[in-house]
Amino acid sequence: MALAEVKQSATQARLMALTLPESGCLKAARQAALSRVQTMGLPSRRDEYWKYTKPDTLVQAEAPKAAVFHAEEDPMFNAFERLNIVFVDGVFDAEASDDLDLEGLTIDRIEDICCKDIHWAKDLYGVLEARGQTPVERPLAALNTAFATDGVAIRVTGKVSKPINFTYVHSDENSDAILHHVIRVESGAEVTVLENGPAASRFNKCMEIDIADGGKLHLVRAQGRDHERRAATHLFARLGKESVFKSFTLTVNGVLTRNEAVIELTGDDAVAHIAGACVGDGDFHHDDTVFITHDAVNCESRQVFKKVLRNGATGVFQGKILVKEGAQKTDGYQISQSLLLDEDSQFLAKPELEIYADDVACSHGSTSGAIDEEGLFYLRSRGVDKADATDLMTLAFLAEAVDEIEDPEIAADIVSRLEGWLARRR
Amino acid sequence: MLEIKNLHVKLEDEEKQILKGVDLKVEAGKVHAIMGPNGSGKSTLSYVLSGRDGYEVTEGSAELEGEDILELEPEERAAAGMFLAFQYPVEIPGVGNMTFLRTAVNAQRKARGEEELSASDFLKEVRAKAKTLKIDAEMLKRPVNVGFSGGEKKRNEILQMAMLEPKLCILDETDSGLDVDAMKLVADGVNALRDEGRGFLVITHYQRLLDHIKPDVVHILANGRIVKTGGPELALEVENNGYAGILAEEA
Ligand SMILES: Nc1ncnc2c1ncn2[C@@H]1O[C@H](COP(=O)(O)OP(=O)(O)OP(=O)(O)O)[C@@H](O)[C@H]1O
Ligand SMILES: [Mg+2]
Repeated sequence: MALAEVKQSATQARLMALTLPESGCLKAARQAALSRVQTMGLPSRRDEYWKYTKPDTLVQAEAPKAAVFHAEEDPMFNAFERLNIVFVDGVFDAEASDDLDLEGLTIDRIEDICCKDIHWAKDLYGVLEARGQTPVERPLAALNTAFATDGVAIRVTGKVSKPINFTYVHSDENSDAILHHVIRVESGAEVTVLENGPAASRFNKCMEIDIADGGKLHLVRAQGRDHERRAATHLFARLGKESVFKSFTLTVNGVLTRNEAVIELTGDDAVAHIAGACVGDGDFHHDDTVFITHDAVNCESRQVFKKVLRNGATGVFQGKILVKEGAQKTDGYQISQSLLLDEDSQFLAKPELEIYADDVACSHGSTSGAIDEEGLFYLRSRGVDKADATDLMTLAFLAEAVDEIEDPEIAADIVSRLEGWLARRR
Repeated sequence: MLEIKNLHVKLEDEEKQILKGVDLKVEAGKVHAIMGPNGSGKSTLSYVLSGRDGYEVTEGSAELEGEDILELEPEERAAAGMFLAFQYPVEIPGVGNMTFLRTAVNAQRKARGEEELSASDFLKEVRAKAKTLKIDAEMLKRPVNVGFSGGEKKRNEILQMAMLEPKLCILDETDSGLDVDAMKLVADGVNALRDEGRGFLVITHYQRLLDHIKPDVVHILANGRIVKTGGPELALEVENNGYAGILAEEA
């Protein structure tokens, strides 16, 4: 089918501005991804999957300018014992990074996958992304696979003693970064991955995570508070038998964010939780698009998304649970909620269930509401002023999502920062 | 302490007059009880005094220690010493009881220009006060009132009162939903706070609570007005004969 002409030319314009990196063994994967992009075309507002989020600025050849935000506090997760990997405007910074050497795992840059002949990474790069293109197309992810200029390949073989922390620094107001990470968690291995920062004025990130039987991966990310930054991120996860994948994303500020997650439960008794908390004020558009496929018996999936919106901010949630034939005893839960602090803000939600097995328990709910006036009065009647009471109720609203973070110290850090940010904002 | 004059209150969104000229004066150190038929305006009076939205004062005044409180925000009234133990305490999912108490105590101290209580002093004080009200540590950790039984909610109100040490305490049917032992606990909690500098307005339907918290003055509120005022014997009369006689007599 011929693509609409407008889409065709927008796609060509974007591709013209990019060059396919020279990278021996990944070349085939990159070229295959490029032809996926050419066939699909990059997203346009007319696409059903982009109905609520304008992709224009994510697709256009030049990244829109974004001022660098200077936070007056220590970067997130800095206080934790961790292995830090730093990217500045999408380029690996060896100086600023720790030694990429830690018991229980190996870390390599994707450009070294070939010269070091890292088989598992070759076999993973672009594979989960390609699987994730059906039944819904994700052209920006294919674009990423084709053109990613940096990223790492992490293989986890044991229980790692401290988290891997990605610090994504934004320093150039015209930066346009494309990063691609692949992570393989071997059978019984366990790791926590942290990500912090905006990365660039425009950030296209793809993370492919393959978790073998009994493996565990916890991901916690904070997307950076630069008001003008844009991000399109994709997370592709494939879970083996009895494996666990838990992810939490904190988004405060950012003019445009689209976070897609595609999770496949392919082994029995696997568990996948994905959560997000976002706080948007004014020129802010935040989109969580999640697709979870149950393709094994007795798996559990949980989606918890909370958005606090004010001054005309927009929140979007598109979440789907697909239960394939034979995926009996599936336990699927999905909740998406927004707290609208004024009448100018909006929340658009499209929750979907598609079930082809008969013995499953799936529930989903979506709500959108103002702050509870009764609760607010109760707090104020005890002497808490209106602004503080509103913040308390806001944090309470986000709590169900923050509670999804496994590590209590990380959760507490996120809560205390949120407290400060909410208070400073008014 | 509290002086209400000719207070007229209607609903903001409706032409419904609820209070139709309430006059009431609670002196420091005294306990006043308010009784009255359902729907007579008792809770409305307590809400208007504490600053809840939705009501409009069309006439009259209310002063706490000489200060007009009707123009103040709810939190300012609290800082001035007003406290309402709610007839229906509100559940606030996600806000821990302890966090809530500490935030409230420190907010009031700050408003009065006092130093915040240190975490350890606060903890010590809450634990001691919770213990006398038989509120266990687990209840303190839970979200405010969420999943609390009716009686637990009421005891939690009294704990807040004990921590905040207000000047004027309004108790709106704090006895309803309490078992006999809990009522005793709550009454003991109130009596412990009785003090020369503090006034109480106790709204109740039953004599039982007043057996424990001996009122100095009893008022009958009916149809938006105080129709009769007397001593503790007035409560006994209501208990024995209901309101019919009193209302007929005043009509
Ligand atoms: N927000 C409101 N909207 C509509 N009617 C109201 C509202 N608040 C109070 N009322 C009405 O005002 C009247 C007084 O109510 P209030 O709750 O003050 O009575 P009360 O004396 O406390 O009764 P009870 O003994 O049952 O607690 C009732 O008729 C009630 O229905
Ligand atoms: Mg009442």
